[in-house]
Amino acid sequence: MKNKAMSAAIVAGAVATAISGLTVSTPAHAQAKEKCYGVSLKGQNDCKAGPGTTCAGTSTVDYQGNAWTLVPKGTCTTMDVPGDRHGSLTELKRDLPDA
Amino acid sequence: MAGSDAAPKIGAPEFANALLNADAPSPPGLIGPDGKAAPKRFAVYRNNVIVSLCEALGQTYPAVRTLLGDDYFNALARAFVTDHPPSSPVLIWYGGAFADFVEAFPPLQDYPYLADVARAEWAWLQAYHAEDAAPLDPAVLGSIDPEKLASARFVRHPATSRVSSEWPLADLLRANRFSPGDGAHIDLGAAQSLLITRPDLDVDVVPLRPGGAAFVDALLSGAGLGEAAGLGADASAEFSLSDCLSDCLGAGAFKGLETN
Repeated sequence: MKNKAMSAAIVAGAVATAISGLTVSTPAHAQAKEKCYGVSLKGQNDCKAGPGTTCAGTSTVDYQGNAWTLVPKGTCTTMDVPGDRHGSLTELKRDLPDA
Repeated sequence: MAGSDAAPKIGAPEFANALLNADAPSPPGLIGPDGKAAPKRFAVYRNNVIVSLCEALGQTYPAVRTLLGDDYFNALARAFVTDHPPSSPVLIWYGGAFADFVEAFPPLQDYPYLADVARAEWAWLQAYHAEDAAPLDPAVLGSIDPEKLASARFVRHPATSRVSSEWPLADLLRANRFSPGDGAHIDLGAAQSLLITRPDLDVDVVPLRPGGAAFVDALLSGAGLGEAAGLGADASAEFSLSDCLSDCLGAGAFKGLETN
């Protein structure tokens, strides 16, 4: 039986099992996150970067509009920050540091 | 440059060589604004170059650093930096040869799992920086003629890779990087290979089940599902096609499916 491909019937059965298990147990990335602009305190912003880049923690203004942080998916735009401001999925022009 | 008092020119190779060799003298002809030789300025620059590369390695390989301790890691990183100067100006691509270096480093021969931990951390970083792509929706498989599933081929997601190991790689990473201090026992006799993916913004590290490494390797190299399943079953009597496929789909290892 070495190096024998599995038969179509067995594969089809296993695929059906795998799919049904997935739809029940993993509601499409339950812990997914999204980038949320304008909600992080100064110095607390995230950065998709790694070594050699320095953007994480570089925001200089509270709730800086062009700095983002990762938050659970679906929660960004409902996030209130003081002064009747909200989070945004796109960059904001408000609360930018002085040029 | 025609003046008779012009300093001797320094070529880039001599400059670079002296930069990464802490014992080398300052390159001759290097002068400060006052026109005098500037060995101290060069030493400061050399130190910054080496330290910044060591820090980049520490950020890329945090589990290796934790396993070795900061002092040992920094000394090891210095040895690596001297041997492996960057070949690209992009720092996120620096250090890919670190795992092989660790594996061949004589004083670490009693810690053979370190190199695999480094390989997994490099794979994690590559997944982190890979192109974004939407993973394959598992429901797509349900819409395909069951007769064609065995010959169906998956298209690899750009962030997906597989790291095989004879060591408990998932447990070592968890204890030294992802959940330090959870106190869970690590059985060094347990072999764990990993599937590394990034279906969305976060990198997923999924331990593979028995036969899973052979199965994933076959799929990632373009084998049909039935053939890959056969290779998985050859690799382990405990291989379960539905479980392994479920792991791959759940982790977003693929971005598409091709049938013929």
